Amino acid sequence: MYQFNYERPKTLADAEALLGKADDPKILAGGQTLIPTLKQRLAMPSDVIDIGGIKDLDFIRAEGDAIMIGAATRHATVAQSADVKKHNPALAALAGGIGDPAVRHMGTIGGSIANNDPAADYPAACLGLDAKIHTTKRLIEADEFFKGMFETALQDGEIIKEVTFPHPEKAAYMKFRNPASRYAMVGVFVSRGPWGVRVAVTGAGQNGVFRVNDMEEALSKNWSPEAVAGIKVPATGLNSDLHGSAEYRAHLVTVMAKRAVAAAG
Amino acid sequence: MSDAASGEGIGQPVRRKEDYRFITGNGHYTDDINRPRQTFAYFLRSPHAHARIKSIDTSAAEAAPGVVAVFTGKHVANDGIGGLICGWTVTSKDGTPMKVGPHPILALDTVRYVGDHVAMVVAETLADARAAAELIEVDYEALPATVSLSSCQDGKAPQVHAEAPRNTCFEWELGNKAETEAAFAKADRVVKLDLKNNRLIPNAMEPRAAIGEFDKGTGIYTLHTTSQNPHVARLVLSAFVGVAPEHKLRVIAPDVGGGFGSKIFIYAEETACVWAAAKVGRPIKWTADRSEAFLSDAHGRDHLSHAELALDKDGRFLGLRVKTIANLGAYLSTFSAAVPTYLYGTLLSGQYDLPAIHVEVDGVYTHTAPVDAYRGAGRPEATYLIERIVETAARETGIDPAEIRRRNYVKTFPHQTPVIMNYDAGDYAASLDAALDAIDYKGFPARKAEAARRGMLRGIGFSSYIEACGLAPSAAVGSLGAGVGLWESAEVRVNPTGNIEVLTGSHSHGQGHETTFAQLVASRLGVPLANVEIVHGDTDKVQFGMGTYGSRSGAVGMSAIAKALDKIEAKAKKIAAHLMEAAVEDIVFENGVFTVQGTDKSLAWAELSLAAYTAHGFPSADIEPGLKEGAFYDPTNFTFPAGCHICEVEIDPDTGIVKIAKFVAVDDFGTVINPMIVEGQVHGGIAQGIGQALLEHGVYDADSGQLVTGSYMDYCMPRADDLPSFTLGFTKTECPSNPLGMKGCGEAGAIASPPAVINAVTDALGIREIEMPATPARIWEAAQAATSRAAAE
Repeated sequence: MYQFNYERPKTLADAEALLGKADDPKILAGGQTLIPTLKQRLAMPSDVIDIGGIKDLDFIRAEGDAIMIGAATRHATVAQSADVKKHNPALAALAGGIGDPAVRHMGTIGGSIANNDPAADYPAACLGLDAKIHTTKRLIEADEFFKGMFETALQDGEIIKEVTFPHPEKAAYMKFRNPASRYAMVGVFVSRGPWGVRVAVTGAGQNGVFRVNDMEEALSKNWSPEAVAGIKVPATGLNSDLHGSAEYRAHLVTVMAKRAVAAAG
Repeated sequence: MSDAASGEGIGQPVRRKEDYRFITGNGHYTDDINRPRQTFAYFLRSPHAHARIKSIDTSAAEAAPGVVAVFTGKHVANDGIGGLICGWTVTSKDGTPMKVGPHPILALDTVRYVGDHVAMVVAETLADARAAAELIEVDYEALPATVSLSSCQDGKAPQVHAEAPRNTCFEWELGNKAETEAAFAKADRVVKLDLKNNRLIPNAMEPRAAIGEFDKGTGIYTLHTTSQNPHVARLVLSAFVGVAPEHKLRVIAPDVGGGFGSKIFIYAEETACVWAAAKVGRPIKWTADRSEAFLSDAHGRDHLSHAELALDKDGRFLGLRVKTIANLGAYLSTFSAAVPTYLYGTLLSGQYDLPAIHVEVDGVYTHTAPVDAYRGAGRPEATYLIERIVETAARETGIDPAEIRRRNYVKTFPHQTPVIMNYDAGDYAASLDAALDAIDYKGFPARKAEAARRGMLRGIGFSSYIEACGLAPSAAVGSLGAGVGLWESAEVRVNPTGNIEVLTGSHSHGQGHETTFAQLVASRLGVPLANVEIVHGDTDKVQFGMGTYGSRSGAVGMSAIAKALDKIEAKAKKIAAHLMEAAVEDIVFENGVFTVQGTDKSLAWAELSLAAYTAHGFPSADIEPGLKEGAFYDPTNFTFPAGCHICEVEIDPDTGIVKIAKFVAVDDFGTVINPMIVEGQVHGGIAQGIGQALLEHGVYDADSGQLVTGSYMDYCMPRADDLPSFTLGFTKTECPSNPLGMKGCGEAGAIASPPAVINAVTDALGIREIEMPATPARIWEAAQAATSRAAAE
């Protein structure tokens, strides 16, 4: 680790003020990506602003036809929340399958989507459930939020406050884990709800999470595993590495989509 | 009390004495130890696989906060410190010795792999050392690297060492070429197979660590380090590297968290710490982080082989010929030349009566980390080759895989193979039969059909393995090029109160010696286990020892203890005879009590121990006071653990995921001291073997020579949920070559299991070959290819 200033503000306003003052700040939420990155000396921020002390960011509320989750809410909390399990069991299951128990008790939803790791699970849930991301500056639709590998629509000094997930009628997430890292090599989130049908894929794409329009159309007409069984996503633009070729990942998108629809019922 | 009655003697599943301190955080690993005025070392490593060092400027680093000193290869060379050595000389078939390039502690003018040691920064804190290392300016001229095993000898690949043209260290052969050619000439069928044995990265739970110290007053150096063999480390550091005279160097290997071979070797970092401690006049600590371990621990395996098996019309094996290219990495490590030769070629007969064998092995240099012994060391490579080609032969001849093995087993002992080894005892069919029963072989077709109904592909694979353990008769290894003898030493010290300290040259780094060795002593002397302390790992305490590797600690280390116990018993009887005024021949020693035969006179162990030290009235000419005996035990032969492992897998053809549905291991380890510990060893070995077969792969980028699998993000270590619940069984033929009848169990699982898994995977897919690790991606691709082949036919 290189040296940096460490701040732990108590309020969002203080956090914003600190962000504004610092030369090259980084926000620390659960630290599951940032801390290893710092330890490996792959980042050299001037200031680390720990938002873990901001109580207002840690909540889960079911209101109307949606669930609101505070940005600093830990994966384990989401996974165990009675409200999430009741209204959005696919989301609870996704949160309960992130990393390992240690990661789930530290990592936060805001940290996950702000980092936008191309193999992270939450981006698939956000995109697959038509989530709204509320920040200190505005509301961003999930479709507009994820911009590419480790890139989001967030601007300098902008902090995620909460993520709103409308209740789906049906939803499920199926993940094929990288055998080594256990990150999603291919994770497919399918849902049906007021927004229609969504199929969001994480892990596979070079530019992070993406939707599969062909599958969404097919499922809109016929919500069944067979409807997507014959739909292949092009291998172009998918990751290829020692764990699997782009063709293999393309194949897995179909398999995981099929299984997700089956699981969603 | 008998062993069973006490519950502590030989054959009893005694809980490990050492576990209390380990699981309560009271172990003393090297990094737990801190010395007064200690400094910290950080090693600057090469970012290039191959580069010339044009210059190194350390001035900014030297001026950085907290820095005590910065050392480069020049400092080491100027001090007359030599390079690291390989302790085994292999001779090529043309009679020339292997071609050895220099292996400096810190690089001089060339770096030869990513992670090669360039400079050492010593500072007040690790953070200071690390920060200063970034200020060292190394002007590299990057050079093309040799990475590929298949092309490194083509004459065009960049040369790793000037001493070794075509990157070839040795071209070794074993067996009889003419007889093998003749066997192939009369064969009815020849089965051919090309195989890769994947590179593995050891990943002991505790990374390597060292604390070097120098006492200016006495001139004595002390090195605390993570070693499997502290005496061998001291010998190499004094006699070859020249750090200090042997009597002025103390090496302590305290609690060590796993080795698997990787801590046998004498490495640059540990050497540099003890050398530099005298330069800076303060203790220096270094602990590898996991990333450094990936880069710089000696890796394992990495073979490319072509094998051919000749059979007659009845499926009997007539001959085997093998050509292997073995990757040695950029430098020869401590035993690396022995692993792909005498620990590999000598086991190619497997469990089979194979009349003719000829094996050629080219040991080659590449711009990758050194490759040396890793759990099994050579024997897994041999077992993988023979058990894969035998399985292939079964499929090509249509003979059941169990039957073709049974038909070819060695059945009478001793059996001289064409490749040096003389098998002393075994019953291979017994292990096979027990394994067939345990897995319910007859029920396999029904299980396969049931799996098919669920859309799953079920396969079964066999591995009838043999290994040579109990390393090793000194005369034998000496004649084959070893620079050391492979005996073991022991000293049994009986204290006046009757409790016992046993000093052993073996080293426990997970094996449970503190328990099993004590069980032997408790059993022999009739004392409670709690009264026996096993002392190891300190050159100041134990006179000399060869350490722990090659499943040798039971067969060799305990045999030395048994020999010392014989002497203790003889002397104790002499004392008992004197005290009870009887003839020595009339003294009976049983369950810790000395009696005079035919009388009611008796003497308890503790009474005798005290008497040995009070020595009142001892006839001074006949009986010396005290009760302490030492012994050196040199084995008369290798030991030959063997057995049969059978694996059943289910493959999801949609994803390529393999699930191990059943895994049966039936092993013959001879005498077992503690079945619980032995089962643990088998479990761990199989886990590593399954890791090699399905998960683990050390990969370097073919062009740049960068380590692609440098962390757990890409290097897949087996996790508990990758593994099934193992079904274990044991058969027993006692080893006739040592007093306890033990064969060794530490490596068997890692040796036996990879071919069983791969045979099962290829059976499930109906294909001939798949490379290890058989990852889901590879399996899916193989299944796709098989499907398109079937469609084309």
